[in-house]
Amino acid sequence: MDATRDKILEQITEVLVDALGVDEDEVLPEATLMEDLGAESIDFLDIVFRLEKAFDIKIEREELFPVETLMNDPALVQDNVLTDEGLALLKEKMGHSDITEFEKDPNVNRLGDLFTVNAVVNFVETRLR
Amino acid sequence: MRWIWIDRFVDFQSGRRASAIKNVTLAEEHLHDHFPGFPIMPECLMIEAMAQTAGILVGEARAFQEKVILAKVKKAVFFHYVCPGDSLRIDAEIETITPEAASTRGTLSRASETIAEIELLFSHVDQNLGGSEFPRQNFVFEDNTFKSLLRSFLAERPTDQNAEHPRSPLEPST
Repeated sequence: MDATRDKILEQITEVLVDALGVDEDEVLPEATLMEDLGAESIDFLDIVFRLEKAFDIKIEREELFPVETLMNDPALVQDNVLTDEGLALLKEKMGHSDITEFEKDPNVNRLGDLFTVNAVVNFVETRLR
Repeated sequence: MRWIWIDRFVDFQSGRRASAIKNVTLAEEHLHDHFPGFPIMPECLMIEAMAQTAGILVGEARAFQEKVILAKVKKAVFFHYVCPGDSLRIDAEIETITPEAASTRGTLSRASETIAEIELLFSHVDQNLGGSEFPRQNFVFEDNTFKSLLRSFLAERPTDQNAEHPRSPLEPST
């Protein structure tokens, strides 16, 4: 891990510790925000606001955690499973997350697995470039 | 009828900051039980005072068109007890406001003494429905109770302050 990425992870750890009330040592790169760190829907807004402030960037709605875009369109989700079109859109929007595993069983209930600490680091790193 | 927990605004800068006063009195019955012989203001009611001050600030910033709901207490730290007879000043400012939410921060103080630091997150609930349904009418601001607090401030505001304060949507356009 290079120095810049290290520094980004350090700042993101601070954001997540403050936003979610978790311990620093729980914020591992592979930790999922919902399952492992206990984030609820409103916490995502809080996290986005805090990231904007910490890194002096502007994050558009659904840019970091694109959920509503996918969920509210029947062409993208059928019977709780992402359609090919849905998967394509997810890939396009979530370049900051590795969706290889998710693709094998693209059930929307597993979308939370994509929102990891690593995904947030990737997102911020790309934005700062 | 809504429950109002602040007494009046003493400053209001649209979309930026607001300050309100809350006078604490032993006539508030809960103080008789919290605690018998040692009446102190419950901390949750200090958060409520901030939620109302900051909530009206956030609501006014979008011309009271949004249903502004307290979604999260981001931080609440208390340094001193508050007792009957105390006059609390609540200073709130908007940190971030977007179409779907707003975050605020501020302090409660007594004279020059900081009593509490409180940071809140408000949801513009219609923008965060996630499939849920809420009543169509604005149940937060519709009955005008909260707005009346702001109207009183605007009515009493010295005219020389008008130049530095943008016009509020509560004020009639001329």
